[in-house]
Amino acid sequence: MIFDMDIETLPREELEALQLRRLQRQCDKVYANVSFYRHAFDDAGIKPSDIKSLADLRYLPFTEKQDLRNNYPFGLFAVPKDNVVRIHASSGTTGRATVVGYTQRDIANWANMMARAYTAAGATRRDIIHIAYGYGLFTGGLGAHYGAERLGATTVPVSGGGTRRQAMLLKDFGSTVLCCTPSYSLVLYEAAREAGIDFKDLPLRIGVFGAEPWSDNMRRDIETKMGIKAIDIYGLSEVMGPGVAVECVEAQHGAHIMEDQFLVEVIDPVTKEPLPPGETGELVITTLTKEAQPLIRYRTRDITRLDYTPCCCGRTFARMFRVQGRSDDMLIIRGVNVFPSQIESILLETEGLTPYYQLVVRRDGNLDTLAVHVEVDDKLFSDEIKKLQRLEAKLQKNIKDFLGVTAQVKLVEPRSIQRSEGKAQHVLDLRNE
Amino acid sequence: MIKAEQISIFLENRAGRLEEVTRVLGEGGISIRALSLADTSDFGILRLIVSDHEKAKQLLKEHGFTVGRNAVVAVEVSDAPGGLHSVLHLLCGNGINVEYMYAFVHQREESAVIIFRFDRTDQAIELLQQHHIPIIPGDTLYNI
Repeated sequence: MIFDMDIETLPREELEALQLRRLQRQCDKVYANVSFYRHAFDDAGIKPSDIKSLADLRYLPFTEKQDLRNNYPFGLFAVPKDNVVRIHASSGTTGRATVVGYTQRDIANWANMMARAYTAAGATRRDIIHIAYGYGLFTGGLGAHYGAERLGATTVPVSGGGTRRQAMLLKDFGSTVLCCTPSYSLVLYEAAREAGIDFKDLPLRIGVFGAEPWSDNMRRDIETKMGIKAIDIYGLSEVMGPGVAVECVEAQHGAHIMEDQFLVEVIDPVTKEPLPPGETGELVITTLTKEAQPLIRYRTRDITRLDYTPCCCGRTFARMFRVQGRSDDMLIIRGVNVFPSQIESILLETEGLTPYYQLVVRRDGNLDTLAVHVEVDDKLFSDEIKKLQRLEAKLQKNIKDFLGVTAQVKLVEPRSIQRSEGKAQHVLDLRNE
Repeated sequence: MIKAEQISIFLENRAGRLEEVTRVLGEGGISIRALSLADTSDFGILRLIVSDHEKAKQLLKEHGFTVGRNAVVAVEVSDAPGGLHSVLHLLCGNGINVEYMYAFVHQREESAVIIFRFDRTDQAIELLQQHHIPIIPGDTLYNI
């Protein structure tokens, strides 16, 4: 099912012509109204009228997260503040939060994109959508909410927290779609189980999960446990919020990017050169329709690759593959690049282990050490030491074979790894202590 | 029920876990009949024969412990040199593997009671019974 049939199946040549027109208009707007961009364009020696084809995108300056921080709070607005009807902000883990503004039309476009996303996931106006993303300055909750109402579904704005109660509501309301982070879906699943509720018995049939990287193996685990289709949704508050890209339930193989609204490229994070389709690198997004806060070539720091081949669902929008991690999520252990999501993938493939894990990185003298803590549960537990040791050894071997790094594997008690209501904290890096 | 139920508990190697288990069982009015603690550098497995294994398991799970249950066999072994050897010799000669074993706290007359975990429990029981080696049934064991 496709929400905006004409646009989502627009032939590539027409789509690219649309993108070019919109890009040119965006450049005109930011050059005229945003001093940061006027200076950036002038420094790069380029004027909006120089943009004659999509290939000219490479000559435009990049925008980085620091630029948003430097222009805190409203320095990047391209419209008068009176036209801005919504402000969101993402939590600043280091320093200031990054602020995003939206006009009425931006909000409507966003809601529309989310409606497209729910439709791609297989939902319709007849569904009941339980939204457990946090409501507030975080874009997740309100983004998912406006989209669900735009779709016409029955929307349940639960927000975060109150896990036990959420499980009861899922059952009492007969919700059919769940929106939250993939790690929180497992927290909810556990809480429900403790309350005697089996997800498989609920009418829940779709999960729209995002806001953190997760592996295909975690998806399979979730789908099997919960009896639902688990769909990956991608977004970031700087360019909008959730709904920038979403998987189609038909293929579940890459998230279709809303290419009529966002122009994407993948660059080599070191040389900053654009890479050909199919190569893995950093995703860069240029907003094509944002009014309040358009961004030109925003460096997301998310590592992915793009696929422009036709999809069986009929959409002509290119797909991005699972974000392996942010380039700053990546750990370097004794010279080897390791993403937590890779460990997660191996963990889930190794039979008998639970998906609750934490990576603990320490420095022992001059060498980095990596420990993978995995929680036990009743099914995994054996009364025989050797069986548990064999499990530890199996995981250690799989990690060594696949990543080339030796990790110490440690089984820990259930619930000893902190559960989070939002993004899971998979890495404890103690090297700077 | 000739087999005895043993509960096993996963313990991380950090302070207070063992103490917490004994506290929970103590407050629950449960007596420990036999125990064995096997340890590695990261974790330990505490194996217990208790007076009420159903209640013990429930209480421990409520307190967040991971608890398993297995069938073991309590064998009466003559309390004299060679007593244990003759039982093991019989089992070994018939291809029955002992995963682990430990002694029972309370002794009866001139015999000691050894708790065995076998790889093939039913065959082990048949073999012991054929050779008239006394087995203490679970229900008796819990209440000794």
